Amino acid sequence: MLEIKNLNKSFGNRTILKNINLTVKDGEVLAIVGQSGAGKTTMLRCITGLETADSGQFLLDGAAFDPQGMDASDAVIGVVFQNFNLFPHLSVLENVTLAPKLVLKEAPDQAEREARGLLEQLGLGGKEKLYPWQLSGGQKQRVAIARALAMKPKILCYDEPTSALDPNLRDEVAKLIIGLKEQGMTQLVVTHDMDFAQKIADSVYRVQAQ
Amino acid sequence: MTLKYVAEIMPSLLQGAELTLQIFFWTLVGSLPLGLLVSLGLTSKFKPLKWLLNFYVWLMRGTPLLLQLIFVFYGLPIIGIVFDRFGAAIFAFILNYAAYFAEIFRGGFQSIDEGQYEAAKVLRLSYGQTIRKIVIPQVVKIVIPSIGNEVINLVKDSSLVYVIGLGDLLRAGNVATSRDVTLVPLILVAVIYLLLIGICTFVLHKVEKRYSYFK
Repeated sequence: MLEIKNLNKSFGNRTILKNINLTVKDGEVLAIVGQSGAGKTTMLRCITGLETADSGQFLLDGAAFDPQGMDASDAVIGVVFQNFNLFPHLSVLENVTLAPKLVLKEAPDQAEREARGLLEQLGLGGKEKLYPWQLSGGQKQRVAIARALAMKPKILCYDEPTSALDPNLRDEVAKLIIGLKEQGMTQLVVTHDMDFAQKIADSVYRVQAQ
Repeated sequence: MTLKYVAEIMPSLLQGAELTLQIFFWTLVGSLPLGLLVSLGLTSKFKPLKWLLNFYVWLMRGTPLLLQLIFVFYGLPIIGIVFDRFGAAIFAFILNYAAYFAEIFRGGFQSIDEGQYEAAKVLRLSYGQTIRKIVIPQVVKIVIPSIGNEVINLVKDSSLVYVIGLGDLLRAGNVATSRDVTLVPLILVAVIYLLLIGICTFVLHKVEKRYSYFK
């Protein structure tokens, strides 16, 4: 279970997030919605450690954790970026195995076996040797998901997973998220698309502009 | 007659070319890594370091390389720092070229998308791992054409060492021309420079191609 207590964040004297409290149960999907500029992405960036929260507490299964901690043991949250941010110079397989090898110190053959398993499961079997520029948007997103999952996170976060894709891929993304949920993955999804949020989420958190 | 003359002066020209290549080689060996380090310093958040390195780059790019050579070889001994001719040449060339390379690398680093650093960060890669495994391979691809330009300039700039009395390719040709009153040595010098630069261009294209597997 992920708990966030009294999260505050401001840029200069502009308050973005004020006393945010939220709880996500294991295996649930939480959609974070709100108007453009309301602070959805900032909230996700605080949870994933890309921004420093001004104050607030982060608890995972009751134990405090530091989203910005840089130890392998702090890698409890995986991130799928809006633009995927794949490493363009690495093949699909290398994108997925890089961090397990460097950070989790997995043996190369073990990391590769696990990566192939993840890619297969996400419908990317046979694409291991391709480079990001050779993939479609949807494929890139699934590589980004595989890359995040390879670090064995407790929680997977998505920033606007539908916005960089063709509108007709929206249902595919929903299926993907629901498929991962069935496997027990806890997921946080930032989206501005209410229909999409309704489709995937167990609960919806609305961020209000301050 | 001419062939015989060519055969006569060729050894001295080749000897000159050897010195040219030595300056070329050692300058690259020294200035590429130094330029990379300086570029990391130029993008650092530690202000005094940034100022110092900006001053260094300004100094090196703002004064003629010829002046720098003269300064190192004829000027520094006045305050007790003495180089031999070759050492002075290499010292001046490395400092000068590192400044240009640093600016090129800085441009390369700045064109890497912030998202790459963020992706590396959430995967818990350390700063060193991020720079080595993620950033540098992409920077190298970006900077190859500009680095190539400087490499080609270096082949020709090496002729400036005549001013501190080193016998490079151009000087060898010049000596033969004034002695024998013929254009042949200068034409041969041009041909050798063209060959050297032809080889550089070929190698640079190969390197560029090696990095064309990603976009």
